[in-house]
Amino acid sequence: MNMMMEAYSRNLDVANGHVDLSHGAGGRAMGQLIEGIFHKAFDNIWLRAGNDQSAFTVPGGRMVMSTDGYVVSPLFFPGGNIGSLAVHGTINDIAMAAARPLYLSASFIIEEGFPLADLERIAESMGVASRGAGVPIITGDTKVVERGKADGVFISTSGVGVVPDGLDLRADAARPGDAVILSGSIGDHGIAVMSKRENLEFDAAVVSDSAALHGLVTAMVEAGGRQIRLMRDPTRGGIAATLNEIASQSKVGFHIDEEAIPVKPEVAAACELLGVDPLNVANEGKLVAVAAPEGAKAILAAMRAHPLGREAAVVGHVVADDDCFVQMATSFGGGRIVDWLSGEQLPRIC
Amino acid sequence: MKYIDEYRNGRLARDIARQIALTADPARSYHFMEFCGGHTHVISRYGLEDLLPDNVRMVHGPGCPVCVLPIGRIGAAIALAMRPEITLCTYGDLMRVRDKNGWSLLKAKAAGADIRMVYSTLDALKIAEAEPQREVVFFAIGFETTTPPTALVLKTAIAKGLGNFSIFCNHVLTPAAIHSILESPDVSKPGTIKIDGFIGPAHVSAVIGTKPYEFFAEKFRKPVVVAGFEPLDVIQAVLMLVRQINDGRHVVENQYIRAVTRLGNVKAQAEVANFFELRESFEWRGLGELPLSGLRLRPRYAAYDAENRFSMVTVTAEDNPACECGSILRGVQKPADCKLFGRVCTPDTPMGSCMVSSEGACAAHWTYGRFRTKARQPDAGRAVA
Repeated sequence: MNMMMEAYSRNLDVANGHVDLSHGAGGRAMGQLIEGIFHKAFDNIWLRAGNDQSAFTVPGGRMVMSTDGYVVSPLFFPGGNIGSLAVHGTINDIAMAAARPLYLSASFIIEEGFPLADLERIAESMGVASRGAGVPIITGDTKVVERGKADGVFISTSGVGVVPDGLDLRADAARPGDAVILSGSIGDHGIAVMSKRENLEFDAAVVSDSAALHGLVTAMVEAGGRQIRLMRDPTRGGIAATLNEIASQSKVGFHIDEEAIPVKPEVAAACELLGVDPLNVANEGKLVAVAAPEGAKAILAAMRAHPLGREAAVVGHVVADDDCFVQMATSFGGGRIVDWLSGEQLPRIC
Repeated sequence: MKYIDEYRNGRLARDIARQIALTADPARSYHFMEFCGGHTHVISRYGLEDLLPDNVRMVHGPGCPVCVLPIGRIGAAIALAMRPEITLCTYGDLMRVRDKNGWSLLKAKAAGADIRMVYSTLDALKIAEAEPQREVVFFAIGFETTTPPTALVLKTAIAKGLGNFSIFCNHVLTPAAIHSILESPDVSKPGTIKIDGFIGPAHVSAVIGTKPYEFFAEKFRKPVVVAGFEPLDVIQAVLMLVRQINDGRHVVENQYIRAVTRLGNVKAQAEVANFFELRESFEWRGLGELPLSGLRLRPRYAAYDAENRFSMVTVTAEDNPACECGSILRGVQKPADCKLFGRVCTPDTPMGSCMVSSEGACAAHWTYGRFRTKARQPDAGRAVA
């Protein structure tokens, strides 16, 4: 931060102040906001250069790029907030191509009146998340909209990464006989968020599983990279949506085993309370991998040796099915379909 | 999970299924109607039908309050919600149901209506307290299970002197619907549709007890087992029904002894009786007008009755004529028998009442069981072994 910035950033009353329209107007106040909150939280050499963009060296290999918008409500939830989520989510989208994430950008749309202290908390958690993941936020944007035209703050993050030579994961690559591997328990993030949602607050000892998965992916690639057909992080729509997406894109079916899918007791209890199926509930730190059968054992072992994959399990396999049904053997020995969610997830009346 | 895992033990379920297979007489068939959508949902979600022998079949009944709510009442609620002074509070799964114009509460909300999804009646009351300038209407639906909370919220609203709170009452009664099914020509004429016994809804009986079913069991000579909503409850109830049929008995048995008694919750019944009275007739989607099957607020509470307070108009509207929901709700046909099923009628585009809520027979079959329908066809995909 240069001397001039330091001089006027003293006027930013983070503890008691609120975002107003001047913070998005391109003037001195906007400079104060960016320097005093974002640059401070994300601090790195690219931001310090003070350009409207950041130049970086491109390593050899195939690049991947991803972008995502974050509009979570509430903004703060057990285990994270919209900021850490925005960092983890985009890193994971890149990592699902087996790519090494390199850089992120972050764009903020902030509602007039939003407390500066909350914005600082969000930015600090983004800084912590990106530094922890080794993926710096090197450029960004800030807009302020009138009160009522946003819900506190919306964040968009984009990222770039590079795929190791010889890997080419594709959504249509699943083949009959392949193993389906899940990295851990499902539904933690969705239930953590719902437990704090207005009109729905309930006590649940559940924290979001929000995490950057590229380290886990690196371990998987080292153990059997060429045996990995494809990976997905089952976010909105849960693993039900993810498996149905893969099934329709690869034109195959799935047979999965309910008893093999880890669900924490407190998540299962909350799902009962709300009348929702954990298979449809969002995750932010889990992945589903489809792997050739000969590589599944080594990949699973590597996942279990990583902190984010300790509960990893083979939960089913790919089958030939023109209908692309995701079928599940229930814990009772019966069978059912695991379908896409129809519309919004709504609780049942009784 | 205390009190849940105990009733989801797969090994125990398979043991009971083996007992059913040993007990069921191979020379006869057994058809049991689960009245309640909650049971339909559990049977489909856990694939319980796969555990039953071929001669023991489940028939899905009409017990989904969202499914049986007529289109006209949805239209009336949407029209009310579009009024600028109104805040309409509703349970979640009502949001998707369409009226005759294809509108739903979700669509009305997107168009600017103040519609709020709540999880209890008291949430609606809190809104009325917090926003005294708004007219807050609670869209009350459900069987006997959800009626006492509506009575309670009225009692609280009156005690607090809340003048901006009212109820759009659509509560309906289980016994009236079972009576209608048993007296319908499809069921009462021999050889048309077979229902050998009923699984009764436990949550309803927690309020009304098991006694109201004794009349049916005796008059129609059909056994009734009141059962809980966990998979083990349901499969145990099937075994109890098979045993009654084998023994030539037709009585009401209580599988859900952990919460249900013969007389039910007398205090809740008194609260309901204080606030509600029987309507002469109420329309059930798919079943038509059923006498003495619905409740309305007593005249002394007219100020809290949204129908009266806002002069609401309900216009009767017909389902698609090709829709077989009426037959499906009475157990005469199965979801896949309807030519709309899975073609134009899916949970995303529900045409008939059985598809509108996740507890409807068609929605349950689509969501959890449609691979079985496919499996019966020559070019079938493989089912779970």
